[in-house]
Amino acid sequence: MAAFSAVKIPPPQFTTVRSSSQRPGSSPAHFAHSPSAFNSISFGSAKSVRSRPLFAVSSDVVSSDKTKPASSSAFIVNCDMIWRSRLVHCLVVAVTREVALELYEDMVLGRAFEDMCAQMYYRGKMFGFVHLYNGQEAVSTGFIKLLNQSDKVVSTYRDHVHALSKGVPSREVMAELFGKATGCCRGQGGSMHMFSAAHNVLGGFAFIGEGIPVATGAAFSAKYHHEVLKQSKPEGLDVTLAFFGDGTCNNGQFFECLNMAQLWKLPIIFVVENNLWAIGMSHLRATSDPEIWKKGPAFGMPGVHVDGMDVLKVREVAQEAIARARRGEGPTLVECETYRFRGHSLADPDELRKPDEKAHYAARDPIIALKKYIIEHGLASESELKSIDKKIDDVVEDAVEFADSSPLPPRTQLLENVFADPKGFGIGPDGKYRCEDPLFTQGTAQV
Amino acid sequence: MASLQMAALLSAPSTPVPSDRVRLGALRLSASSSSAARNGGALVVRSEAKVSGGGASARGLSLITHAVAEKAAAASSADSKPGHELLLFEALREGLDEEMERDPTVCVMGEDVGHYGGSYKVTKGLATKYGDLRVLDTPIAENSFTGMGIGSAMTGLRPVVEGMNMGFLLLAYNQISNNCGMLHYTSGGQFKIPIVIRGPGGVGRQLGAEHSQRLESYFQSIPGLQMVACSTPYNAKGLMKAAIRSENPVVLFEHVLLYNLKERIPDEEYVLSLEEAEMVRPGEHVTILTYSRMRYHVMQAAKTLVNKGYDPEVIDIRSLKPFDLYTIGNSIKKTHRVLIVEECMRTGGIGASLRSAIIDNFWDYLDAPILCLSSQDVPTPYAGTLENWTVVQPEQIVAAVEQLCK
Repeated sequence: MAAFSAVKIPPPQFTTVRSSSQRPGSSPAHFAHSPSAFNSISFGSAKSVRSRPLFAVSSDVVSSDKTKPASSSAFIVNCDMIWRSRLVHCLVVAVTREVALELYEDMVLGRAFEDMCAQMYYRGKMFGFVHLYNGQEAVSTGFIKLLNQSDKVVSTYRDHVHALSKGVPSREVMAELFGKATGCCRGQGGSMHMFSAAHNVLGGFAFIGEGIPVATGAAFSAKYHHEVLKQSKPEGLDVTLAFFGDGTCNNGQFFECLNMAQLWKLPIIFVVENNLWAIGMSHLRATSDPEIWKKGPAFGMPGVHVDGMDVLKVREVAQEAIARARRGEGPTLVECETYRFRGHSLADPDELRKPDEKAHYAARDPIIALKKYIIEHGLASESELKSIDKKIDDVVEDAVEFADSSPLPPRTQLLENVFADPKGFGIGPDGKYRCEDPLFTQGTAQV
Repeated sequence: MASLQMAALLSAPSTPVPSDRVRLGALRLSASSSSAARNGGALVVRSEAKVSGGGASARGLSLITHAVAEKAAAASSADSKPGHELLLFEALREGLDEEMERDPTVCVMGEDVGHYGGSYKVTKGLATKYGDLRVLDTPIAENSFTGMGIGSAMTGLRPVVEGMNMGFLLLAYNQISNNCGMLHYTSGGQFKIPIVIRGPGGVGRQLGAEHSQRLESYFQSIPGLQMVACSTPYNAKGLMKAAIRSENPVVLFEHVLLYNLKERIPDEEYVLSLEEAEMVRPGEHVTILTYSRMRYHVMQAAKTLVNKGYDPEVIDIRSLKPFDLYTIGNSIKKTHRVLIVEECMRTGGIGASLRSAIIDNFWDYLDAPILCLSSQDVPTPYAGTLENWTVVQPEQIVAAVEQLCK
């Protein structure tokens, strides 16, 4: 019998802190950066936000419960050190050359792919709503490159790069965008519905917030496999990452899932890609308390704010959060301050965002920053990086060629996959199941 | 299994059934009593309290005004018959328990399903037996825990999500429509969602408008979703098991007033077919198509009709989506007259879809327009008298049949 029961879980002992982007320059992961958006851009309410006391964080969260198990207190000390202290040298792992190049290549793939998407869209090769990820690559690469194959990723409509980082071949993603039968979803999903069972990408959801419960379910499943089915792995629980934006953080499903994930200590990480804009709605105009990371402690989980334009910082935070989840200590809310260089979608004229804000973030381009880091630390030469650029260009070109030459879905595909068991189409007047009707397999049956 | 054997005698001669048509569990039932068998004639399933054919007294029919079945089965006769007697909610629990025992990936999620045992006691005792993770008490967040069920279904589990009342699942409509129904298709077939969403719905006993909703009409358009409605302990257990074993997402509609129906069901394991309708009473003059609680109103009306000399054929369609056009069609080809009795609202209800399906497929066989009796298009009032007038009553059914058969 599974011994799990939903007892009242004492809140964590640690407090959560502000941006790790304000760490002193001695950290190797520290890039030369400009101040964060909250105090550099002249949003009227920014200053009042900063001056608001962080009352929700310290006193309410720290409990006087002395009965917590010993192991968690040992962890809490470490966690406290990580999240609170500026002196994290001992825990910052110097990035090896291999890792640095892997991160660089992945980010360049994301950027090149999205740029190619824009080109193809304007040439009429793909249609509908296409949401590009330019500028946010550090978040995807920083998190997903730490995952195992069996870990899950759930995203929103801005999902091309999440799929690519998780390992879905560019060919399949591009073919899916072109609506071809060789796409990862056989052309049936499109830009906003990237799924891959082989790489454990659980979507691709068009409505915001809709994927968060699905991610919570995947995390529940991981816990269930471990506790009920006893299919445990030596590395720990399978982790699920849920990516979503700042707009989603005002949605009910977000809060409901924060509650459930912490209640049951599910191995999930809620990654907020706060790019400050939900189409044309500024995050500050939509949210009563714009500091999203604070919403974690309100539910009893750690909330972390990280500079999402810095892949190494994101990676560091991700490492800790993933390790926590694998150990069964529960969820983490990570707010990544990031920015999208393009509009919300390719149909968005992007007139509301001010040029100086765009320029500010363009100066913090994560790829350029990583390139600078790699060269400054002698991890690779300029020409090696250029050859990676060239290789990625070839990969993307090949993806386009593959997609172009792939066949469109035939009519016979129309009625397939509506049901996992096609008997769900029912019994026809002749007594046979509809799916046995020859017209059905031609896609022309009236069902 | 006296009742089923009696049923087999009354049904048309059966022809051997190809095994792929029959969705049965591991144990075999005897050929004559295979209720899931699709033979050329009628598919007869009888509840112990009911008797087929001309106006024999059917005590069980009086349960229309009292949802609880009268404990009329004499103690002496009960002991000698095979099978065991139980109430509908117990039948659901038995089905669920058997499936959870058989497959450890089957789990239950819902409000108060664990420690409380379910607000209608369908999951009573299961949490003690299987643990709090397999019978999960969720917070009050329908949209999210339904989504959680979908996410876990995609990753290897087979969850049964309970809506405490079907109406609450309106809050989960986003997840049910977008993810449950569509995700298998949108992912190109990569992920299957073997989820069962169940709960009590329908007009109860003065529960007020919001607790008296019939969601089958709202869900029926969602592509990729199967819907079944149970009406007797026998089909409740069989459909529950079939729904859990199905790879498709299935919505199982139960009715608040039917939970205390009593029936004798077989001891052997059985699984019914999700797509098939149930012949309740064969007849010659008119086909009455119904489901869930209205089945009992129809059977009560049938008693009156038989006394008046009519011979109605009553089919419990059971499968609300997709319709079993074979059973329905065979009936129409015999009687040429159709009356649909449903509890949904008139607008956009199951009856509306059924009507158009019949017109599309069996127009040539109809001798009269299809009559559809549905609930009034009003929010269900609290007052008992008004509530009674909202749903279809047996007198209206009798009047409709008389009109059809003129």
